[in-house]
Amino acid sequence: MATARFWRENPSRYNLKAVRCNNCGRVFFPPRGVCSVCHRKSIGKMECLNLKGEGEVFSFTVVHEAPSQFEILKPYMVVMVKMDEGVMLTSQLINSDPKDVKIGMRVKATLRRLGEDGPSGVIYYGYKFRPIEG
Amino acid sequence: MREVAIIGIGGTKFGELWDMSLRDLGIQAGLAAVADAKLAAEDIDALYVGNMSAGRFIEQEHVAALIADYSGLARDNIPATRIEAAGASGGLAFREGYLAVASGMHDIVVVGGAEKMTDVGDVLAAEIQSTAADQQWEVVFGATLASLFAMIARRHMYEFGTTREQIAQVAVKNHKHGALNPNAQYQREIDLSTVLNASPVAEPLGVFDCAPLSDGAAAVVLCSMDRARSYTSKPIRIAASAQASDTLALHSRTTVTSFKATQVAAQRAFRQAGRRPEQVQLAEVHDNFTIAEILAIEDLGFFPKGQGGKATMDGETALGGKVAVNTSGGLKARGFPFGATGVAQLVELVEQLRGEAGKRQVPDATLGLAQNAGGTGATVVVSLLEVA
Ligand SMILES: [Zn+2]
Repeated sequence: MATARFWRENPSRYNLKAVRCNNCGRVFFPPRGVCSVCHRKSIGKMECLNLKGEGEVFSFTVVHEAPSQFEILKPYMVVMVKMDEGVMLTSQLINSDPKDVKIGMRVKATLRRLGEDGPSGVIYYGYKFRPIEG
Repeated sequence: MREVAIIGIGGTKFGELWDMSLRDLGIQAGLAAVADAKLAAEDIDALYVGNMSAGRFIEQEHVAALIADYSGLARDNIPATRIEAAGASGGLAFREGYLAVASGMHDIVVVGGAEKMTDVGDVLAAEIQSTAADQQWEVVFGATLASLFAMIARRHMYEFGTTREQIAQVAVKNHKHGALNPNAQYQREIDLSTVLNASPVAEPLGVFDCAPLSDGAAAVVLCSMDRARSYTSKPIRIAASAQASDTLALHSRTTVTSFKATQVAAQRAFRQAGRRPEQVQLAEVHDNFTIAEILAIEDLGFFPKGQGGKATMDGETALGGKVAVNTSGGLKARGFPFGATGVAQLVELVEQLRGEAGKRQVPDATLGLAQNAGGTGATVVVSLLEVA
């Protein structure tokens, strides 16, 4: 993936930058300029916030057939996580045994290396999820 | 809006067709459809081509002009338009052709769908398939299209008690149908244990839950209904063609066990046709993964939400059941050349409605439905065809 295409999204990939519509309270990730429910009523009322990074597993899978850039990781887990702010994210789940993972399990976002831009390319980072202990 | 009929159909075999290029495929299907309609090339007003990713698969864009050129249609300089909506490219091309004739802009239109996928390796082909999902917010994080459908399957099992065996039965049933289709990529039956014990792709889905990589093309000829009988004694009326969209990323939705775009497109289609789901005798649905067929037969209104797995296991979607689903073998057994699929579904419906489907004929078929989806259902086209 071309470098600029990646780093321009860094505020959301590093800091979980989202927006809240102050007309209806819905949270959107990544940020968008207009609420998809309130439309023009939301103009000027979209407020930035950083997600706290915690949520629960909505669904999960173990990936065995992977794109070339993730070949080295396989098998790896991919999860959809319902964040406490109500918005859902997709990424990998690390530091856990697939046998122990359940829908509803509490997880926390953590910054990790996601991949690199070709063999000699720039390494890029973003959130993955890990279980919350206890 | 005018009534529109399908007056000709054509297609290639689906499979790993090493000796055929994209242009060979498109031309073979297109010429077969034109011959079936007993048309001359100069009768054709426009060409629409469904194709998802020729740029990635064969490094060729501008494929509508290419196919118009090599099929001999470009000599009349007719408009040729390529339509892209991932796996729904073919269904969408059909809808654009339908609108062009219904509006009165054109009288006779050829709609083709084609994809040449086996010139690249399996890993790259799967990466190209995943471009139907959200590259920036799903795929970059390690998600594949299979993994997204695996998470849909997991959720369906969690919410409704759907079993792994019920999901696998979709593949068993579609292979059984494919064995009756001489143009299918796989013409052999498989048993449940084969699906359950196949190597995993994205758990709980394995190799036999995924439609294969395929080359292939299909085409239909559309004509205004008032002229249709001068070309064929068996015109098939397009009773409805409806389209709907949803969020690109699966995670942006409140539920993943329904495709809202399928539900909405189906409602629009049934309203347009003045028909109800119970009246549909056969349906071609987008089973790019086994679980997708279970969602489809629920979202189209054939079975209550959560009952699709049980209905499949009970044989209600097999030939001879309540509604025969994917009599062609579906994407799973007939094959899945992305852009061709939506058009191939219509070719199957027309063969059935003409009573020309041979061993897999649904007796006295008069109303058929096609559901063609892109990605995780961000684009869905639902069409209803009936005997005129
Ligand atoms: Zn709002």
